[in-house]
Amino acid sequence: MLETRYLLNMDNISKEYYGNKVLKNVSLQVKPGEIHALMGENGAGKSTLMNILFGMPVIHTSGGFEGIVEIDGEKVVIDAPHNAMNFGIGMVHQEFMLIPGFTVTENIKVGREISKPTFLSHIFGKSLESLDIEQMKKDAKKALADIGLNIEEYVKIAGLPIGYMQFIEIAREIDKTGIKLLVFDEPTAVLAESEANRLLEIMKIIASKGIAIIFITHRLDEVMTVADSLTVLRDGEFVARKDVKDTSVEEIAELMIGRKVVKLVDDVEDKRILKDDDIALSLKDFHVNMPGEMVKGIDLNIRNGEIFGIGGLAGQGKVGIPNGIMGLYESEGTATLYGKELELKELGNALENGISFVSEDRRGVGLLLGESIEQNITFNAIQIKEDFLIKLGPIKLYDKKKAKNHTLDMIKLLDIRCTGPRQIAGNLSGGNQQKVCLARALTMNPKLLIVSEPTRGIDIGAKKLVLEYLVKLNREEGLTIIMVSSELVELRSLCDRIAIVSDGKLAKILNPDAPDAEFGLAMAGAKKEGAN
Amino acid sequence: MKDNIVNFISENKVVVLFVALCIGAIYVSGNPLTFVAGELFTRFGRNGFMVLALLIPVLAGMGLNFGITIGAIAAQIAVFWIIYWGFEGIQGFLLSVLMSTPIALLFGYLVGKLFNKMKGSEMIAGMVLGYFADGLYQLFFLYVIGGIIPVYSDRLIIPGGIGVKNTIDLTGNLKYSLDTVSMLQLVEIFFYIAVAVLIFKMVFNKVKKTNSSIAKDLIILGIAIVVYVLTFIPAIEAFLASDRLLLLYAVTIGLVFMVLLQIWRIVNNKVIKKDNEYSIKKPIALIIVAGILYAMTYIKPIEVILMYVNIPVTTYLCIVGICFFNNMLLRTRLGQNMRTVGQSRVVANAAGLDVDRIRIIAMVLSTVLACWGQLIYLQNIGTFATYGAHTQVGLFAIAALLVGGASVKKATNKQAIIGIILFHTLFTVAPQAGKQLFNNAQLGEYFRVFVAYGVIAVSLAMHAWKTNIKPSVKQKA
Amino acid sequence: MREKIGNIYNNIGLPRIIITSFFIFLLVISVPLGLNILNLLGDSIRRWAMYGILVLAMVPAVQCGIGLNFGISLGIVAGLLGATLSIELGISNPWLGMLFASAVGILLGGLLGVFYGFMLNKLKGSEMTVSTYVGFSVIAFMNMIWLALPFKNGNLVWPISEQGMRNTISLEGSFGLILNKLWSFSIGNPATGLFVPTGLILFFLAVCFIVYLFMRSKVGMAMSAAGENPEFTRASGINVDKMRIIGTAVSTALAALGIITYAQSYGFLQLYNAPLMMGFHSVAAVLIGGASVGRAKISHVILGAFLFQGILTVALPVANKILPEGNLSDVLRLIISNGIILYALSKTKGGNK
Repeated sequence: MLETRYLLNMDNISKEYYGNKVLKNVSLQVKPGEIHALMGENGAGKSTLMNILFGMPVIHTSGGFEGIVEIDGEKVVIDAPHNAMNFGIGMVHQEFMLIPGFTVTENIKVGREISKPTFLSHIFGKSLESLDIEQMKKDAKKALADIGLNIEEYVKIAGLPIGYMQFIEIAREIDKTGIKLLVFDEPTAVLAESEANRLLEIMKIIASKGIAIIFITHRLDEVMTVADSLTVLRDGEFVARKDVKDTSVEEIAELMIGRKVVKLVDDVEDKRILKDDDIALSLKDFHVNMPGEMVKGIDLNIRNGEIFGIGGLAGQGKVGIPNGIMGLYESEGTATLYGKELELKELGNALENGISFVSEDRRGVGLLLGESIEQNITFNAIQIKEDFLIKLGPIKLYDKKKAKNHTLDMIKLLDIRCTGPRQIAGNLSGGNQQKVCLARALTMNPKLLIVSEPTRGIDIGAKKLVLEYLVKLNREEGLTIIMVSSELVELRSLCDRIAIVSDGKLAKILNPDAPDAEFGLAMAGAKKEGAN
Repeated sequence: MKDNIVNFISENKVVVLFVALCIGAIYVSGNPLTFVAGELFTRFGRNGFMVLALLIPVLAGMGLNFGITIGAIAAQIAVFWIIYWGFEGIQGFLLSVLMSTPIALLFGYLVGKLFNKMKGSEMIAGMVLGYFADGLYQLFFLYVIGGIIPVYSDRLIIPGGIGVKNTIDLTGNLKYSLDTVSMLQLVEIFFYIAVAVLIFKMVFNKVKKTNSSIAKDLIILGIAIVVYVLTFIPAIEAFLASDRLLLLYAVTIGLVFMVLLQIWRIVNNKVIKKDNEYSIKKPIALIIVAGILYAMTYIKPIEVILMYVNIPVTTYLCIVGICFFNNMLLRTRLGQNMRTVGQSRVVANAAGLDVDRIRIIAMVLSTVLACWGQLIYLQNIGTFATYGAHTQVGLFAIAALLVGGASVKKATNKQAIIGIILFHTLFTVAPQAGKQLFNNAQLGEYFRVFVAYGVIAVSLAMHAWKTNIKPSVKQKA
Repeated sequence: MREKIGNIYNNIGLPRIIITSFFIFLLVISVPLGLNILNLLGDSIRRWAMYGILVLAMVPAVQCGIGLNFGISLGIVAGLLGATLSIELGISNPWLGMLFASAVGILLGGLLGVFYGFMLNKLKGSEMTVSTYVGFSVIAFMNMIWLALPFKNGNLVWPISEQGMRNTISLEGSFGLILNKLWSFSIGNPATGLFVPTGLILFFLAVCFIVYLFMRSKVGMAMSAAGENPEFTRASGINVDKMRIIGTAVSTALAALGIITYAQSYGFLQLYNAPLMMGFHSVAAVLIGGASVGRAKISHVILGAFLFQGILTVALPVANKILPEGNLSDVLRLIISNGIILYALSKTKGGNK
């Protein structure tokens, strides 16, 4: 029986969000001075687990959690971020908590400025103490030196490169007295390669000073380089805890993906013939400038009549592809539809040429929440095709009758549960809202349909229905479908081929029945030159 | 060299534009410089304090405080009662301060709470709130005073018994009450306060055993006593008995003070602190500049102005006081917290600051200062326009601040002072300029109001434009 | 049941309940005070219809996403220019005169609205804050213009030269009251009964109908979508910025028509600082009718204008009976209009506008 005294022990943590179990008996242990990686796909539960550790308000306003958190062997209750700091836990966020107009010193000391008592402060309280700028500068200098960063402490943050900002976030955390554990949330996501390497070095320096690190990432090579041990989560469940020296990239990838072989849709008769020279959509050197989902050069050929899947982890660029094609974000490169090149710089060009898109942002981009189902479904057709309009010379008025009839048809076809065509879209359930979005896309009679995250937030029953309908459209009407999804199970159930996008580029195109490890490796972006 | 000039102009476009406008307008109007200078210094004393009260909300990220009207209203409520109860002179003034401050505190607190509900829309909320408060104020002064609260006074109440008169003459009670505090009285008051504070401090430190040095306090006490004794010398006493200081003497004293300060800085840094990096160039340069300025006071036209203008010392000291307060605030934790909240509420929250509370404190401070500013204004202008005195306060104070180069995000003492000077100079000469140019003085008056509105509109637009550009640039990076 | 009442209460909002109750209260006590209720109602109706189009100008602005248009001063100025030009040119036929004034006003207003829309597109998020002061600046600027315009018509300018235009210009000789008198009738004695200005009411409702048709057209629907959800609208291939400009232009043009309608009903054109706060009043009226910073319907306009004008019309005589002093109407207008605006602002969660 090994005497391992853990710095942090999160034991049997469970969390429910309004009936949805997002964490089921998850455990996490970190030793002092250890670099521990926390890994898993999106939705695996990593963020929720960290929110619990930090006592974020969202946890408590949604019913708290089950399980025990122990620090240095003692049970603790952390119910506010400030509390976490008192226990020596700090976090380096993905979105920097820095003030551009302040100097490095001011940012390092924000909220914790050093001050000296004055006459007035004795009467009116701490607020009126005067700032001890000299001491703060000294502390800042020390923190910067501790991580080996060579910038002046009086410089304003605003002009500095992003990598430096990351480091100043770190300096701020280690300046806090009594820091024992630092959490890094996808720190290298925004960094260039050299900056990322620098960051990993800094992590090692910090760990060598006795501060433990939890490193949330999906980049397998980084984990192999710098971590001592790792925990893998999947679908809110604890999968494994391993020491890095006892495992390999492939094993981790497999653990992350899992072995579920579930067919989400019943088999349907497939009489299609897919030909490699009959291309519906072709992308060449496609770049999209979508913040958070950048596409950095992709070539794809989607065959006429196929269901083509695009998968990958969040933030890697898969969502950027359809958004770029539809012209919602700036793009470079060429997109060709049935031989005709699309003018992506013109807003609405893709729509006019017969591509319809069901966005992943259902409530944001997908619907007019304050308008009726009828108006939502007919909107695109009205604006692009001038359908559902009564034309009196130059004046084009809404043809209510035609719209209502069409809506009733769609409601029946997709089984949209509502009180009628006039019901406000915002009042429908998630699944039904998704059906309205789909109905709108189909009302355009598209040649190519792109659906992005088609079943996100929908219950199982509705999921099956939507997916089955998509298959039906494909088999019976020959509609070419591109499906972008972060749920591999979904993609492997429906698609003929699946492209995995990692770091904005095409990692691999796989068949649905390819081994799990291949998917895992492609998604984790393991470097092609022999990752071990 | 040329680049530097171009840079300077583009960084300070607004100020440069208005300096040119002012010079042009003064020239065209044909107003004698002594008149302009006299008016300017009077207006500076009258309006300066109010403009400086606007700085704190900008610091705390609440933008331009259009709700400053509410501070003015607090002052006016107090003034009415003080006059009704018959107080006059400096006692009357101090009582107004005493009575209006709690009202302003309450109002500022309420406004702060309201603004916290509308984060991001404080400016439009302040605008609308100002009008709303005006409505309530009118309701109170027109129907409640004399009606529900019985007030019997022929000179204050409209014949009929209900409602306050449109204009109340302050001559004989509060007019010039602050302006006419003689320098001698000031020195006496300061002496008493200094002695009281120092003794309190020394006792407090002894009792609380805070180990603060007593030597420093004793030295200051000694200096205070010496200064007080000096004032008994007849020549000095005669000089100080006046409440107005000739501008020439004020300038001379100012320059001497500045030279002494630079010498002290050199001695402090070189000899006492032995700071080797400290450059002696800057203070020496400033001393030379002081010398040149003093020489310039001998130039006839300038000398004429300097000998013509009298400044009310106490009022100007109040303005110096608020400048000092604004600066001192920045050096405290509270000030730094306000700055943090003003720069980013998100970061401030994450760092554990009570954002809501800090914003309320900022509004309370600003409202109280605005209240005092309105008291200073009223005592100088000498007439109380019951239903009008507070209405354009916000417009002109904010316009003045913006003219000095301030913006929604940043405002300093220096910008406020430059702004007041430029704006009020323009204000003074515009009517005559209008008359000379277009044979219509009214045009000049309309012009100056247009300038006020226009400056604010442009500043708000520029700010909104900048906040729109920033996010899109961020996306590219 | 309780929840339902609570829901209705939340939807209507406390200020509207207060205002409606206050209006009913005033109407009720006017009778025992001996005031002529028919007269009061008639006045309310007249003022409702004459202000109506100015309030209607809010709808395209709010719907296209620029929020409450405090800057309708631009449109008002365009309308005033059209009207004064019509008088200067000496158009004798009152109908032609009004037509000319409206045409010039609408065209000029539309043009100004386009430029204004361009500017607002660069200020997304702060439209209301900026538009308030742009509105004021425009009025202040026009103050100077009214002084300097080289108009010669005796009705327009002061007799002494170089004095500029008059503050109030009588429309007796031109198109004053023509709509009001058209097809009008009275219930009871004309002086003491209920005077119904049919022409004016029909005109107002006709303009409302035209705007309604516009909102149901392809462009109108695209515009409303742009205001409700710009991302959705972009995803449908529509240029959101263009929609905002259209909305602003229509709003400004309507404001121009609105001031002409108002002036003909009042019988006078008021220049200089008179229209300074009209933006605020129109905003308040549409808010009272149930609109919000993000959505405004024509039904809101009709209801809101009636309630707002109704209270002011009835309050003054009532107040004069009780407290024979002072101008309660003005004070009430200040409190009510700004109070409801403040309430509406506090309801928009987060962010500027």
